[in-house]
Amino acid sequence: MEFVFFLIRRLAWSLVVLAGLSVLIFLIARVVPGDPARLAMGPRASDVQVAQLRAEMGLDRPLPEQYARYIGGLLHGDLGRSLLSRRSVNDDIRETFAATFELVLATITLAVLIGIPLGVAAATWKDATVDNAVRLVAILGAVTPSFFLALLLQILAGYELHMLPTTGRMAPSISFVPDITGLMTLDALLHLRFDVFADALRHLLLPSLALAAATTGQIARITRSSMIDVARQDFIDAARAFGIPARVRIWKYMLRPSFVPPLTILGLEFASLIGNAFVVELVFAWPGMASYGVRTILQKDLNAVMGVVMVSGVFFVLVNLAIDVLVGFVDPRIRITGAR
Amino acid sequence: MNGAASGALLSVRDLAVTFDTYGRTAQVLDGVSLDVPARRHVALVGESGCGKSVTMRAIMGLLREPPARVTAGEIIFEGHDLLRLKPRARMGLCGTAMSMVFQDPMTSLNPVFTIGDQMRAILAHADRRLGRRRSRAERHARIIAVLGQVRMPDPERIARAWPIMLSGGMRQRVLIAMALLNEPRLLIADEPGTALDVTTQAQILRLLRELVQARGLALLMITHNLGVVREAADYVHVMYAGAVVEAAPAAALFAAPRHPYTRALLDCVPMLSGGGRFRGIDGAPPDYTSPPPGCRFAPRCAAAMPRCRTAPPAFPVGPDHRAACWLVEAA
Repeated sequence: MEFVFFLIRRLAWSLVVLAGLSVLIFLIARVVPGDPARLAMGPRASDVQVAQLRAEMGLDRPLPEQYARYIGGLLHGDLGRSLLSRRSVNDDIRETFAATFELVLATITLAVLIGIPLGVAAATWKDATVDNAVRLVAILGAVTPSFFLALLLQILAGYELHMLPTTGRMAPSISFVPDITGLMTLDALLHLRFDVFADALRHLLLPSLALAAATTGQIARITRSSMIDVARQDFIDAARAFGIPARVRIWKYMLRPSFVPPLTILGLEFASLIGNAFVVELVFAWPGMASYGVRTILQKDLNAVMGVVMVSGVFFVLVNLAIDVLVGFVDPRIRITGAR
Repeated sequence: MNGAASGALLSVRDLAVTFDTYGRTAQVLDGVSLDVPARRHVALVGESGCGKSVTMRAIMGLLREPPARVTAGEIIFEGHDLLRLKPRARMGLCGTAMSMVFQDPMTSLNPVFTIGDQMRAILAHADRRLGRRRSRAERHARIIAVLGQVRMPDPERIARAWPIMLSGGMRQRVLIAMALLNEPRLLIADEPGTALDVTTQAQILRLLRELVQARGLALLMITHNLGVVREAADYVHVMYAGAVVEAAPAAALFAAPRHPYTRALLDCVPMLSGGGRFRGIDGAPPDYTSPPPGCRFAPRCAAAMPRCRTAPPAFPVGPDHRAACWLVEAA
């Protein structure tokens, strides 16, 4: 029961944070120099036309009124219209978010599948060659800029070896619309289109690898130190004295109590990857929300910027709520006492 | 110190263990010998840091190597030298042939698995090693039965509980139940109940003794509490600074201690009835990286003499009673 209250408290705080975020980004977007209406209309538009657009979008109203109108729309799920495309921001984000989400999901999956075993191996053979190698790789992964890795992978695996596609989410020869979840791989499976699934995976591999390097390094390092902490505990000695074999001790009795720190990091990474994905999205021509967000910022497309930031914020809150639930599942102490 | 019969269940001979620390080597065990005959209760006593726990960890195979290193000696269990067994074979004895009751109930249970899960794993892995076939229901019945034997109220509920839901005393009972699950022949108890309050500790010790007696197990008890020794042990080994200095039947040891350290140790016990005979021992245990030559107790010993610079062997001083001190030889 305490755990439910704990989650509700977390959620309540998150709403406060989201409200604060909306004010902040609303002001920042308007403080940045440049007239959004002029930028949208181009240099050759007349002052009258620009003024017209400004009035149309409500940009000539006082700031509090603009904010109130925006929030009013937001509460109805309306993110307003893009200054640039004049399309609904909802539509733009719906199309691009799924692509970024799929990329980030693949990245997190890779980071877990590679990072956790690396961390476990390093902790098991602490200070031995394996450990040193893992630590070196983890540091390299964490410090290599993702654009560099993206270009490297693109050149090596794509252009030189012709193993994997280097741009986009799907081969142009395939006609398929991800109309259920927006995730290419998942929708392909749901439609039983295994050819599409394979192609979507092939397209996902390089960008998610490029994006995963840093997170994988983080996860490996956190898992390693957390495992080393747990390995010193009495209950691990006890498990050994009671005849639990090493394999089980490591992968079950040590890994599960060690899992909370990597899980927490994963929650943070998940959200920050949504933003950081833009470099990789640009290199691989991935039609995602991260690159969309950067485009809209550069063009001061106010509603679109707000939309991207708010969607990322809500996503961050949801992911971390999910992580809190998972943490409670992994560690009953947190579930029972409702504290972390 | 070959105190008991040679047909002992467990027999440690001249065990030497060093620890490498910051470029120096500490001789933590310096020729420890002890015997645990089948069905007998043997105590290993000594102050903190004397090497009791290291001895116990060496027997159970729990030493971390490095920094620890077994440099000499044998640990014979049921005729096999544990130090020369392959790791797999040695591991195979843990929890089945020999098991252990851990000292601190608050840290010795895995916090993220239920009691039932942890006990099921202990049973299942032992079953697999021993080639026993047992269904899930049979294992569960066994777990419930053993939890009942350690006098847990409502064993079904305990099996579903996580450690954090239980009190210290209950967790200690669970640890005893875990040690007994596979009917070991030898039980090693490391200061059982020390982490608990005195009343609970007394209950735990009584329970442990009853269970061990009823099953006819051999018990090696590690403690610094002489009251516990007097109540529960048939035979006592006294350790000082990494060596056994005196070994005797419990009654003989308390009636006529022969080693100066044992005497000093007994003098440290405050008596409710005995009046003012309570003294400490002057000085401190030696630095293990550069111990004094010969008898390690000599620097703190009131009766020390030049001869103490050579290590005294264990002299027999009575039936099954030995002491490693030159004074005893002279007597």
